[in-house]
Amino acid sequence: MAEGAEERNLPAWSLPSGSADLIKLDFDWPERVTRAWALEGATGKGVRVCILDSGVEPDHPRVGQINGAVAISIGEDGEPVATTDEEGDLCGHGTACAGIIRAIAPDCEIHSVRVLGAGYTGSGQVLLGGLRWAIEQEFDVINMSLSTTKRQFAEVLHDLADKAYFNRTILVASAHNMPVESYPWRFSSVISVGSHAESDSLRFYYNPNPPVEFFARGVDVDLAWSGGVTIRATGNSFATPHMSAICALVRSKHPELTPFQLKSVLHLIADNVGGRE
Amino acid sequence: MSEDGFRAAVAAGVIGADDAYGSLLRSIVEVARAIFSAQRSSIFLLDEESDELVFEAVAGDEEQGLIGTRIPSSTGIAGWTLVTRQPLVIEDLTQDPRHAREIAEKTGYVPKGIMSVPLLVDERALGVLQVLDRPHRPGFTLQEMDLLGLFANQAAIALDLLQRSRRAKTALEEAGGDIAVVARLAAALDELVEGDRAKALRLLEALEDVLRQ
Repeated sequence: MAEGAEERNLPAWSLPSGSADLIKLDFDWPERVTRAWALEGATGKGVRVCILDSGVEPDHPRVGQINGAVAISIGEDGEPVATTDEEGDLCGHGTACAGIIRAIAPDCEIHSVRVLGAGYTGSGQVLLGGLRWAIEQEFDVINMSLSTTKRQFAEVLHDLADKAYFNRTILVASAHNMPVESYPWRFSSVISVGSHAESDSLRFYYNPNPPVEFFARGVDVDLAWSGGVTIRATGNSFATPHMSAICALVRSKHPELTPFQLKSVLHLIADNVGGRE
Repeated sequence: MSEDGFRAAVAAGVIGADDAYGSLLRSIVEVARAIFSAQRSSIFLLDEESDELVFEAVAGDEEQGLIGTRIPSSTGIAGWTLVTRQPLVIEDLTQDPRHAREIAEKTGYVPKGIMSVPLLVDERALGVLQVLDRPHRPGFTLQEMDLLGLFANQAAIALDLLQRSRRAKTALEEAGGDIAVVARLAAALDELVEGDRAKALRLLEALEDVLRQ
């Protein structure tokens, strides 16, 4: 084997002749990727899922125990800070997302990062601060059932989405079904999700006409809601945690997959591509 | 004064921004209610200075007295819709006693179902449009969501235009002086009936001739 980049302590920007072993995959890619290979028997165990939203109500019957909760606010120095969240959920929405994920991937860890509720003014900074904090924690999956239309945040969000992608964190974001430019779902480094109207929580479709890449269950979904109750609702923001949970299942069974590989697997096992057999 | 300044003054003078603004808000909620065969529809607009959502219009005469009620800008379903920019449909909110009570206190009406959509223009969020208690037809929700998004987009563009003209008018009035005189003259001219307007225009043209000599 030729002297490789690793031995010379160089960044992996090139691959010299004869050194393919240096980037050898640690696992055997199957001859055919199927749902059975990708997620059969998976429970989400060992996977850390972050919900960037309005908070999560502690000990909701449909959510159970969560593994951490912080609230992001703007500190005196004008920078976002993360503090332990004592308030739970200020809307119900974050709890709803957590309940969907718990139902599909029951053994995953759920961490709440509250970025909503402190007012409209400054909400963009809080959102960016929360996403940056979540990426630093190296969560496996970050669920973002939200978007911003502020162009001033687009470039930073784009950088953060790429950072997550290269650090093996899977960012799953709600697509917008309105005629406006919004982020981060339009970035190709995230998994963007719209709704289909069927009732199977594991059914999802690959969309060959981006920017929306996948359609997951988002209509008439029974949801955990704040106050310990259950409600029924519709929206891309509920399709997104379905996709996050499916990512958690695949990640728990195949922790070695990079975000690129995981997205490839999702494509191959999508209901309209032929992985479900 | 520049020519642009006079043009702006004339434009601001002839647009009855305040009357049109109220009519537009009312029209938006009434059309939204009709499109979805709903019981109620209402609009919350964002007051950026106070960082609150203000209950500005409702379709139906019953709750007009609650117009002007304020709620925090990022809590509850309206706040979540505004801050996340995401539309949301909740079919049975009566299961959520806390929200039902809060909404009743603010709007005088306890809805069973809510469609909530942000009013967005370019990168700005103007407020939230809500449609309450539409009949639930299984299998139709996604098309309704898309329709609501399209309608909210049109409503937001109209609201934005009127908000701009209101701001222009306010700025002109505060500026006072010769621009305000032109705006008032344009508004007065605009209100005249056909025959009187023709006479007034002849008078103004005569004045123009004098001023140009």
